Amino acid sequence: MMQRFSCPFCGPRDETEFFYGGEAGNERPEPAENISADRWAQYLHMEKNENGRAREIWVHLTCGEFFVMERDTVTHEIYKTEAFHGEQK
Amino acid sequence: MASKYSAFQLFKEGLKGHTGWEPAWQDKSPSPSYDALVIGGGGHGLATAYYLARNHGLKRVGLLEKGWIGGGNTGRNTTVIRSNYFYPESVALYDFALKLYEGLSRELNYNIMFSQRGIAVVAHSELEMEMAARITNAMQINGTDAELLNREQVLERVPLLNQNDDARFPIFGGIWQGRAGVARHDAVAWGYARAADKLGVDIIQNCEVTGFLIENGRCAGVKTTRGEIRAGTTGMAVAGNSSVLSAMAGFELPVRSFALQAMVTEPVKPCLDTVLLYMGTGTYLSQSDKGELVIGGGLDRIPSYGQRGNPPLQEEILSGLLEMFPAFGQLKLLRQWAGIVDVVPDSSPVIGPTPLPGLYINGGWGTGGFKAIPAGGWLLAHLMANEEHHEISRPFDMDRFARGRLIDEAAGAAIAH
Repeated sequence: MMQRFSCPFCGPRDETEFFYGGEAGNERPEPAENISADRWAQYLHMEKNENGRAREIWVHLTCGEFFVMERDTVTHEIYKTEAFHGEQK
Repeated sequence: MASKYSAFQLFKEGLKGHTGWEPAWQDKSPSPSYDALVIGGGGHGLATAYYLARNHGLKRVGLLEKGWIGGGNTGRNTTVIRSNYFYPESVALYDFALKLYEGLSRELNYNIMFSQRGIAVVAHSELEMEMAARITNAMQINGTDAELLNREQVLERVPLLNQNDDARFPIFGGIWQGRAGVARHDAVAWGYARAADKLGVDIIQNCEVTGFLIENGRCAGVKTTRGEIRAGTTGMAVAGNSSVLSAMAGFELPVRSFALQAMVTEPVKPCLDTVLLYMGTGTYLSQSDKGELVIGGGLDRIPSYGQRGNPPLQEEILSGLLEMFPAFGQLKLLRQWAGIVDVVPDSSPVIGPTPLPGLYINGGWGTGGFKAIPAGGWLLAHLMANEEHHEISRPFDMDRFARGRLIDEAAGAAIAH
């Protein structure tokens, strides 16, 4: 059985319509000229890669909207999906 | 202590009804401290422990495994060994592993059933043939064996392939590496375990690491479900769970975990005597000694720690299989499973010191850790014993992400990662 994710704009759709966009809360460090190579590498490549509950950015490819999904990376249970308005610090 | 395996011993035991075999390794309880401690009892961890004792003469080596040895990705992969990579750094690494594999049965006195039946990577257009020629040239320049095959040469090796004129992925030719092959994956773990045990390594199963002992900013050992264990030097080889362990040690890795699935069909008579990969479908397969077709493909699309695999990718892999071999549509699938793999942005491993001094990592192998086991173990042992890189592991240090010197094999090698 294919899993279904709920797009906040379109409702439940097949998992194949979605693409993983990265971990939520990974904000681009600014201003660029003051950012060290290590910090930039951290932003670009380093991951929390949570085992269990994770907060992630996804895109629904068919409508093109980005949103936040909270789910369990072991059981694949979805806790909630919500529109993405930019993360609050 | 297990005696030396030989044809004579097999014959002698056969006469006695095989009642005299001893366990190949001992299941030890942890000591309070070790000179070197390896976390992870998969192929890489076991190889590391073996080479710490064999290459560096360390007497007090401990290996911790949370479940049973070889029960993770070492027992879940599709057993392919190859070194058909694009960049010199990668070929140096994977061909080192392949060379060690070539002598491993003798080295370990344990038959790992390495069968060098070759791998064909099939291209489907003139443009892909240009890519194939580029990779073949790169491999030859980097000093490993590679040949460019034309359509007839591919079909000569694999006559059951879909040869229809209207095939979705027509056969134009491909890349051949004759020294590639398959080995018995469990035997690699068991062979290293037996050889390490013989050199005095403590193999400790059912012992899960729950934290690190950090003293003066340095890793001084680990906390486990069976108590604290101190160590002079510590190495981790826990692909699939690298981020879980690194979080305990207080740093992040450039790793995202995904499920990688595999499946086998019912056993049939010999029909495929190479490893075969289609560039177009990403599906690859080989036939096991038992006759099962062992099938794999790309990664699942959803980051996951669930060792199951999702149906959409399974469908994609199998539709690829039927495009390649229409006749296999009649076969029944026997089993399907998945392992969790460390996916790194440049599809190359992470080998080197970590931000926690005294702790070294071997991980990030993505979809191809099995083929690298002897090299991964050799290099991590070198790091732990000498506290500095081997020249082969240097390019794979985590510092490449800040330096921008990635080894991007996903873009380079045109191989499913």
